[in-house]
Amino acid sequence: MDWTAYLPMLWQGAVVTMTITLAAIAVGIVFAFVFGVMRVEGGPILSTVALCYTEVFRGTSLFVQLFWFYYALPLVGLSFDPVTTGILVLAAHAGGYGSEIVRGALSSVSVQQLEAARALNFSRLQTLFRISLPQAVVEMMPAFGNLAIETLKLSSLVSLISIADLTFSAQSIRNITLDSASIYSVTLLCYFAMSLLLMVGVRLIERFVRRGNAFPRAAHS
Amino acid sequence: MMYGYEWDTTTWLTYATSILPIILIGLTVTLKAAAAGFAIALVLGLVFALLRRSRIKAVSWATAFVVEFLRDTPLLVQLFFLYYVLPEFGIVLPAFLTGALALGLQYAAYTSEVYRGGIEAIPRGQWEAATALNLTRRQTYLDIVLPQAVPRIVPAMGNYLVAMIKETPVLSVVTVLEMMGLANMISERTFEYLVPLTMVGLIFLLLTLICSALLHRLQMALPKAGIPMR
Repeated sequence: MDWTAYLPMLWQGAVVTMTITLAAIAVGIVFAFVFGVMRVEGGPILSTVALCYTEVFRGTSLFVQLFWFYYALPLVGLSFDPVTTGILVLAAHAGGYGSEIVRGALSSVSVQQLEAARALNFSRLQTLFRISLPQAVVEMMPAFGNLAIETLKLSSLVSLISIADLTFSAQSIRNITLDSASIYSVTLLCYFAMSLLLMVGVRLIERFVRRGNAFPRAAHS
Repeated sequence: MMYGYEWDTTTWLTYATSILPIILIGLTVTLKAAAAGFAIALVLGLVFALLRRSRIKAVSWATAFVVEFLRDTPLLVQLFFLYYVLPEFGIVLPAFLTGALALGLQYAAYTSEVYRGGIEAIPRGQWEAATALNLTRRQTYLDIVLPQAVPRIVPAMGNYLVAMIKETPVLSVVTVLEMMGLANMISERTFEYLVPLTMVGLIFLLLTLICSALLHRLQMALPKAGIPMR
């Protein structure tokens, strides 16, 4: 049978891939900021915890993490459905890399500014939210853009824990039609298109952040 | 290859020690795949970088597109493509080589950017000076550009090597029995996933930490002023 008959199936897979990727990026950004800020501001104990998190999720392969959380964790009594597992593991992995981006950007804020904030009697939280983060976020954007694309690409691995994403659909269609060349070419093009879309999205957000809209000033200032 | 093996699953410790030899065999396959893939990536990346700098617009644009395409699509799907489509064109490679080729292709896209960055970091004035001194293109590259570019390139390449090692488990989906493939196979026989998967994770963590430390030392040892090429 002609492979074009299976295009709706491929489209459904693409929707799943996009959903998982966006969810993983959203949760991953939260992880990145929580652990990145902990690394810089956390004091000895919290920053060590954050360091361990970063090293573990960056140092062990995502492939291993995915299988570990999918197959091994249920044996100790913790289990989620595959989609939640996939999103959480992708997010934790992206968060590991993202926390380094956050840490780097936060530590690149100049010391004079922090001293000035201190002189103006800003609390640590105020300094973080009003001085450090608004500037650091702009610095982070290009790196986060790359991370988003990386997450999209790595999301193909969730097909191995039985989630019917784009790669999984492609595999199924290939098994039915045996027309590998067409199926995989179309699939690669789909991923390419999604990467480009993601890049455009990141650019738009970057422009928004660069204008300073992410941290609106108080009305009186 | 594992028929006749008995895993002692009485405690996690005996289980771990009984599967360790097999896992270590897998580790050698992992490292070989990464080495082969990285060699391909280094050579192909340089080819991409030089084609990208070609004076013929069509060549440089086409290369830019190929690099972007390779960078923006998943390794797993590229691997499936090579594994299933190459044989249709009469190119039948062993799974290991297909895997190494997929790794090499994906990372060639990354390394070509590193080469490009390294070459473009050389100020224009130096190219002009080389022209003024009547150096040939070959001499310019060997005596001016590469000695300065290499110390900039090495650390980034090292990071990609570490990243590639962590991506080798993907090869297990096309029947390459590297560390992760073996761990999965053992787990499927014993229905005990926790120990093998944790072991593989820890070995990867150890590998990354060691590689990063070595890389840091290498970076410190590199002469900042440049390495003479001849």
